[in-house]
Amino acid sequence: MSTRQGKLAINDLEVARGGRVLVSRLNLQAMPGELIALRGPSGSGKTTILRAIAGLDPFQNGTIEVGDAKLEGGRRPDPSMWQRLHRSVGLVFQFHCLFEHMTALQNVCLAPVHVHGASSREAEQQARELLAELGIDARAGALPRELSGGEAQRVAIARALAVDPPVLLMDEPMASLDPSRRADLCVLLQRLTATGRTLLVTTHDDLFARNFATRVLTIEDGRVVQPT
Amino acid sequence: MAALIRIATTLIFVLAGCAAAGAQTAGPASSAPNPAAKILRWAGDAEGGAPYVEADPADPSRVVGFDVEVADLIAAGLGRAPQFIEIAFASIDQSIGRGDADIALSGIEDTSTHRSNFAVTVPYYRFREVLSVRDADARRIRSLADLRGRRVGTLGGTIAYEILLKAERDYGLVAVSYEDDVHPYSDLIIGRLDAVLLDNVLAERRHRTASGFVTHPEPVAVSQYIGLMAPPSAALRDRVNEILKQAMRDGRLEAIFRKWKIWNDDQPALFAQVLKGTPIPAVDGYEGFDGDSVATLSHWNAAKRYLPSLLRASVVTLVFSCASMLLAVALGVGIATGRVYGDRLVRALLTGYVELIRGTPILLQLFVLYYGLAAAIRLPAWMAALLGLGLNYAAYESEIYRSALLAVPIGQLEAAKTLGFTRLQTLRLIRGPQAFRLALAPMTNDFVALLKDSSLVSVLTVVELTKQTQILATNLGSWVIPGALCAALYLAMSLPLAAVARMLERRWRWATV
Repeated sequence: MSTRQGKLAINDLEVARGGRVLVSRLNLQAMPGELIALRGPSGSGKTTILRAIAGLDPFQNGTIEVGDAKLEGGRRPDPSMWQRLHRSVGLVFQFHCLFEHMTALQNVCLAPVHVHGASSREAEQQARELLAELGIDARAGALPRELSGGEAQRVAIARALAVDPPVLLMDEPMASLDPSRRADLCVLLQRLTATGRTLLVTTHDDLFARNFATRVLTIEDGRVVQPT
Repeated sequence: MAALIRIATTLIFVLAGCAAAGAQTAGPASSAPNPAAKILRWAGDAEGGAPYVEADPADPSRVVGFDVEVADLIAAGLGRAPQFIEIAFASIDQSIGRGDADIALSGIEDTSTHRSNFAVTVPYYRFREVLSVRDADARRIRSLADLRGRRVGTLGGTIAYEILLKAERDYGLVAVSYEDDVHPYSDLIIGRLDAVLLDNVLAERRHRTASGFVTHPEPVAVSQYIGLMAPPSAALRDRVNEILKQAMRDGRLEAIFRKWKIWNDDQPALFAQVLKGTPIPAVDGYEGFDGDSVATLSHWNAAKRYLPSLLRASVVTLVFSCASMLLAVALGVGIATGRVYGDRLVRALLTGYVELIRGTPILLQLFVLYYGLAAAIRLPAWMAALLGLGLNYAAYESEIYRSALLAVPIGQLEAAKTLGFTRLQTLRLIRGPQAFRLALAPMTNDFVALLKDSSLVSVLTVVELTKQTQILATNLGSWVIPGALCAALYLAMSLPLAAVARMLERRWRWATV
């Protein structure tokens, strides 16, 4: 797994919808190789933060710098900025959101071929390596509906890693896993950070946050209440 | 909900009341309603218009015309009150056969089929099948023999159409069947046709309101109008014949024809023949034609004779349906994509199109395309039919595709966005393929529906399977064998499609779970 250095800097981030403030004056500087856990009750704004960083939702104030992309509050990024953003950050959704009409292998190959211009052979070889590294190469030909929750999650991680983003965002990765699978995932996340990749992970799992995160931010009502 | 039911119930009662009132006022005002008197139910087609039967311009609840007055005359002779029943010209034979009316009088032609399948009155008016051509062609085109390779229009299911079908074989002209007797002349004037063959009564009527064409006086054939009754009505027929003969003798029939300006030298000769009892042959073609009329063949032999034309018409139906569906799919995909991805203006325009098409009858759309736009764009019939079906089904297809596009989970679209796919790439690689799987089964069902709806294009002179069946049934005087053959051919085309739809549904069921 090759990586670039994962830089993430959030300054005074504010996200509001319909007059309701979801995230208020959030500041976060992440060093390459960090695994930062965002914890807090449901509805506290954890997922909103990830979506703002990934460019899925607009935000009103503040700045987000990811890799060599910079998003500013209240301004729509131009196409080149989008391109830089999508090369810099990957997002693994809580419910995986795999492309239902494609096999696991095709899910992983699609972006390298059509977004980054890799050849099909090159993309397939890299995808097989990724799937093998994540322990699901035997399921390469399976459709998403044929995968278990844990398998689907690892395919979603492989899909995000296939374009080699220096920053990886993960929304509730522990939610659907049994204890042994959680342990496997923790080991995997540590391997991902070992080469300088930055991980920002939302979770309700205090044990995971305590044992594996380099930092834990507790979010309540859109604010960081307990930086560790 | 209760309020809705009340409104619906009220509407049903109001409509039923209007229908009942309409039935009572549809009869001619020449005789006052008398509940004690017996009724003579007589059938005609007011759409055929003057001078036969038409809604009175001064009071559209009444009908007027020479056939109305002949019906009055017969009813008076029978001591009954006439009651008019509106029946489309093409359906009159079948309606009389099933007893919807006692007698039909609406320019009914004296053919072998009518004589062999019905009780017919003595002929009461002689007409000529005459050829009309554009002014510029008057000297060049004088007979059917001059029309090789040219299009000649007439009313379907008539002697004139039979004549043209035979002339197709003899002279190589192209027979074009119309549902009415007005549009053949308008199409002749604007150049869609090269000639029209119809009764002199119809040609003279059209000359009063349109110019740009001439009618050659020499007849292609001569025939008569008769009254049509169901076979068991022989006793009634004999009484009606006596009434008609008496009216020929005492000049009442002549007075009616003079009043409607259709009296000519042919009529005294006809009256003389009728009164003298001279046999008057039925007419099924032009002079010199030596083929058999289908009316003289057994139904099975006649059906066998028509089978090749039914098979050809099936090919027309299939080709039209496939081409229209291709157009509908292409346009439907464009409309659906525009409604999902377009800006507000594009969405408003496309929504307007879909609602306009879904909110108006397809028949109206076909008429507007073919006749309404003729002054600006003179589309050939096949193209107007293809466009009409394609544009209509595109609106319905677009709704299927739009809902299929919206059914693809938004999470997948967001995943595509975070991976860097453009909207077009997302549509092409992720959303489109999944939407296609969802849309395929309803789309196949729509194709089966279109296959059957293609019968509507017969109003634009395209002879497809249903129209060809109607022609066969009219000539046979029965719908049993033609209907069975037609149904078998439609099933042969639609059952494989239904099987494909089921197979695809099974194969891609996962896409919807």
